[in-house]
Parts: sequence; C-alpha cells; structure tokens
Amino acid sequence: MAVAALRPRALLWQALALGVVAGVIAVFSINASHHLAARHIATGFGFLSAAAPIPIGESLITYTPSVSTYGRALLIGVLNTLKVAIPGCLLATLLGTLIGIARLSPIALLARLAALYVELLRDLPLLLQLLFWYGVFQTLPAPRQAMRPLPGVFLSNRGLRVPDLVWQPGFTGVALALLGGIGLSFFLARRTALAPGLAVRLGAFLPVLLLPAATLALYRPAFRVDWPALHGFNFQGGASLSPEYAALLTGLVLYTTSYVAEIVRGGLAAVARGQWEAGAALGLPRGAVLRLVVLPQALRLIIPPLTSQYLNLVKNSSLAVAIGYQDLVSIADTTLNQTGQAIEGVALIMAVYLSISLTISLAMNFYNARLARQAG
Amino acid sequence: MPRFARSLSGLAALLALLLPSLARAAPPAASPTLAAVLARGVLNCGVAGNAAGFSLPDSAGVMRGIDADGCRAIAAAVLGDQKKLKFVPTTTENRFTALQSGEIDVLVRETTWTLGREASLGLEFGVINFYDGTGFMVKKSSGVTSARDLDGATICVEPGTSTELAIADYFRVNAMKYTPVEIQDLQEIHNAFLSGRCDAYSTDSSALAGFRFTQGAHAEDFVLLPELISKEPLGPMVRKGDDKWFDIIRWVSFAEITAEELGVSSRNVESFHDTTNPDIRRLLGLEGDLGKALGLDDQWAFNVIRQVGNTGEIWQRNMAPLGLPRGLNNLWNRGGLLFAPPLR
Repeated sequence: MAVAALRPRALLWQALALGVVAGVIAVFSINASHHLAARHIATGFGFLSAAAPIPIGESLITYTPSVSTYGRALLIGVLNTLKVAIPGCLLATLLGTLIGIARLSPIALLARLAALYVELLRDLPLLLQLLFWYGVFQTLPAPRQAMRPLPGVFLSNRGLRVPDLVWQPGFTGVALALLGGIGLSFFLARRTALAPGLAVRLGAFLPVLLLPAATLALYRPAFRVDWPALHGFNFQGGASLSPEYAALLTGLVLYTTSYVAEIVRGGLAAVARGQWEAGAALGLPRGAVLRLVVLPQALRLIIPPLTSQYLNLVKNSSLAVAIGYQDLVSIADTTLNQTGQAIEGVALIMAVYLSISLTISLAMNFYNARLARQAG
Repeated sequence: MPRFARSLSGLAALLALLLPSLARAAPPAASPTLAAVLARGVLNCGVAGNAAGFSLPDSAGVMRGIDADGCRAIAAAVLGDQKKLKFVPTTTENRFTALQSGEIDVLVRETTWTLGREASLGLEFGVINFYDGTGFMVKKSSGVTSARDLDGATICVEPGTSTELAIADYFRVNAMKYTPVEIQDLQEIHNAFLSGRCDAYSTDSSALAGFRFTQGAHAEDFVLLPELISKEPLGPMVRKGDDKWFDIIRWVSFAEITAEELGVSSRNVESFHDTTNPDIRRLLGLEGDLGKALGLDDQWAFNVIRQVGNTGEIWQRNMAPLGLPRGLNNLWNRGGLLFAPPLR
C-alpha cells in the first residue's frame, strides 16, 4: 500500500493534522459538556426510548402519540424523507432527461419551450416554489365538494384518496415472485438479445407474467378493496396522498428537473458531432443514434454532476417544515424542542443526512465505475 | 427568507454552546446577566414578534403587546429607560436555544410553564404574566359547537408547542382521532386554516382571539369553542444559576401588580411624591432600599410604572382591543389570579 511508501516526514505532517482535528473536536465536546452540566441541561440519547407526544399526520408505520417513542417518531421522519427523496430523484431524472433532449431538438418550438422551462424554474427560489404549490393544492375544493375524476377517487384540499387493496399475506409472495420474474427476464433478455427469431426474444419476458401468476394460483389470496368514503370531516379508508407531500414532491421535482435538464444537455452536447454524423451515415434514425451512440457516451459526463443534484434534492427536502410536511428535520426539530436536547437532535439529523448522501454517492460512483469499465 | 435566517440564528446559538465562552472568568458574586446588560446598555429581549396581544409590530413598526411591555418594564427597571431594548424575534423552535446560549437575556414569548421544561432545559420561569388555556377555533359554517365534535378532524398546530401535547392528550383520553397539520410559520398556518386545509386551528385561546381580531370584518365567521383543554400559564424565562437576575424579572412583574392594587398608574405616579402611604412609599423608592437589595437603583419601580404602567394599563392597551375578557388575569381581589407578595 501507499502508506508504506510514505516518508517519515510526510507521516509526521499527517499525524499532526489528525491531532489538530481531534484536538478541535475534543475542545468542542469538553466545552459543550461543561456548559451543559453548568446549565443543568439533560444530555445523552436516553430520550429516544421515552414516549413522544408528537402528533404526526402521515406515517408509513404505525404510530400513536404519547405512546410510541421518540426513536420511532424519528424513524418515521427518516422514512418520510426517503418517501420524498426516492421518487423525487427518479422523477427528476426522467423529466430532466426528456427536457434536456428536447432542448437539443431540431424543432425550434420544442427547444425554446424547454429552454423557457429551465430558465424559469431554475431562477426562482425553491422555498417560494414550494409555498406556491402548497397554495395551489389548498385551492382544491373542501371534502364535501370533492372532485371525483374516477369512481372511488376523490380529490379535495385534504389530498388525493384512492381505493386501496387490502393487503393479504399472499401478496407479499406475489410481489417477491414479480421481482424474481423481472430479474430472470432481464437475465434471459440479455442472453437472447442477439438470438434470431422474435418468438425467442419475446419468450424471455414470460417469467414476468408466469412467476406471479403461479404464486397467485398457489396462495389464492382474497381481493378486497378498501373504498374511501366521506365520514364526518374527512374521507376514511383507502390510500391517501396529502397536499403537503404532493406540494413538496412537485416543487422539488420541477426545480431539480431544470438542473438535470441542463446537465443532460451539456453531456449530450459534449459528445463530438462526428458521432452523430457517423450514426447517420450508418443509416440509423436520429432516435436510434441518440439511444445507441450518443447517450452511452454522454452518461459518463452526466453521472457525476447528476449525483450532486440527487444530494441537493435530498437536502432541499428539509424545507418541508415550511409547508407542514413532517420530514426528518420537522420531527427532529419538535423532538429537540420538547426534550431540550439540541446537540443530540442536530447530531442525529446530521448523521441521517450524511448516511443518505454517502449511500447515494457510493451507488452513483459504483455505477460510474462500471460504465467506465464497459467503455474501456 | 425568514426560515433561513432562523436556521442561522439557531446555528449561531448552537455554536455559542459549543465554543468556550470568554465570560466564564466573571466573578460569581453579582449577577452575570445584569452585569452584561449594564455593560451593553441594552437589554436583549426574546419575543415572538408575530402574535397579536403579545408582541406584534403596529403600523408604525413599534412592537406592541404584553410580552413587548414585559421587556420594556425590565429595561426601565434595569437601565432606567424602556427604550434601551432590543427585541429579538424567536420561533417556538429556537427560543430555548437562544436563551441557553446567551443570545438573549430573557425570553418573554408566551411560553407555557411546565415541569418538563423547567427541569430539563437549564431554564426557569420567573413569574406568570398571562393565564391561558389551549382552545380550538373553527369556522362558523362547519356547525361544530364543542371540542367533542372534533372526532376525525384535521387540526392545524404549530410544532414544538405545548399545544401539541395538550391536543395529543385530549384526543387520547376521549378516544377520538385527529390528523395534525404541523406548520412552523404562523402566516402559513393561518392560510392553511382559512383555505379549509384544516377543520380547526388550535393554540392558546388568547392567540386564537388575536387571530380572529386580525380577520377584521370576517371575525364573525369564526367561533372559539367553549372548552379549554389545558392550563397554559405563560411567563418570562431566564437561565438557571443567576438568582439575582431571576429576582429582578420576578419582582418587576410583582411591582406592576402591586401598582395596580394600590391605584398607582403611569398617569398619576408623579402625584404620589409626598404620599404618606408606606406601601406606595416603598414601591416608589421614597423609603427603604428595596431597589439596592435587587442590585438596582431606588427608582426602579417608579421607572417601570412611569414608562410602562401597571398590569391594568398593560391589559387595557394590549388585550382589551382583542375582545378578550380579563377573567383569571385580573387582580386576586377582583376574581383573578394576580397576587403579588408584599414589597417590603
């Protein structure tokens, strides 16, 4: 390893730098604990197992205020942050790629519209956009006058309510079978991609259908649908999407899309013109040149800045507190306010964001390295 | 944006906790907070800055409300001039950190006195300056007349408040369900309630009355439900471990109550310079040296009454316009809870 090759003097400097950093951290923590003790402020993470009287509006796991613990409340915060961050990154990538490609379109109107979108959304503060979308969703009618675009689907200022399939134990097996089927088909499709005959190539996709169907036949779970109905103040039953979540996701996706579009455009533009011309000379249509020749080369330029945008989206989701969506920061803020343990609370927030960000960076770097290997 | 500024001030407050403080070498005998305020010549007073009746700038930009006047009274007692004062706006979420870190000298921010807060925050409550309770406001058109009708309702609340805790308990005890919408910014909460996102808006009943008052001609469209589901005694907070400063905060408030009890107001206080009533003579520093005992001059209470007024005047100026009955916030001998120990 490189360490063995280092000269003693270089080692000394590194040790010194490490010592300085450790010293600063030590001074900080000794001072903090001294001040906290002097002011009789509670310390430690014991509060995580105490009952949390935080009302939480939407949660992916069960939660009862004043009964469940602060630890569970914070876990809900993490899940709520991921619930925005993951679909947010996927949607922003999808929309951003489309708009980035549209900006390079030979159709002038399409290119101009895409440019207008990018400039408009990129130049306005995100918080303003979030408040705007929250305001828009609040103009929806009250539950009693809810819009009913489809039977059983209600749109009101309480959010979107849709019928929900009552989850049966058998469904988990079907979902697993579906995942397995997709994986198997993917594997088969790669093996048969160059095989002659359409039937063989289509046949590779059969596991997607067959595996879940077989599992269904095996378990025969009952299909029961939970229909939403107006009951008192609000709709009960079914699955729901709150206006706060919708406003946050819409705002984050539309804002981040404008940056992703620029990254995609830049990546595509950086691929030499000769590549387009070479593709055209082979008689490939423009779409095929884009898909088979240009995009694969552009990806290597797109991935690193795209990673930054994913990280930004995750961090920007903490603006949720302004529009009442209970993400990690919102719940941690309330926690540290109720328990008075600001240092622990902020440390937890930092640890979670750091973990999410590092995971994204790691995954994207891995993907980029794989692309590089394929290219090289 | 304000939220950004708030986050920054929270961060600054945290840093202040983490970094070594230069003031640690100060002699422990006197009050470090008093010494710092005197040296600075200005009182840093934490308020809400957005709550009608408590602290809200008027059309001329002057902070109005009983919390704002509470700050003025302390400045008048300590520095002799109610104008030697800087209002520091705080949120429900950063208020305690701001006080813990020394960014403010005292927090007068409609904060509820609870055991949990006093035992774990390193802060303590000086006195109660307002007796309140958690209430609910609904639109008249909803037809709701009692908090018991709120089963299944969506309720707007400010995160990090004791309101949250009171609602959680109330609905649990009564086996009712509700959906909270927790928004930090007061204006956004009001918007959410007005637009119908929430069926009810819950906070201290005084703040609800203030909210209704600010609706002007539409005030009649809103109903304050009769139930008060919790006791919310509000008061100023100081850091623990500075007993002299604690005494000053507490006795400034008692002086205002005593003044109302004795009939001394900002308008007539100067006419008492040759009074023979020993209670008034002690209050105004004409005899004894109560001011010195507090570490202040003998004019301390005179300055408070002359420049800010007694509890009755403060109420008339700030709460009466909101249409709030005085109720528990009257003097003890008029059916209220205001009771000051003797100044002697």
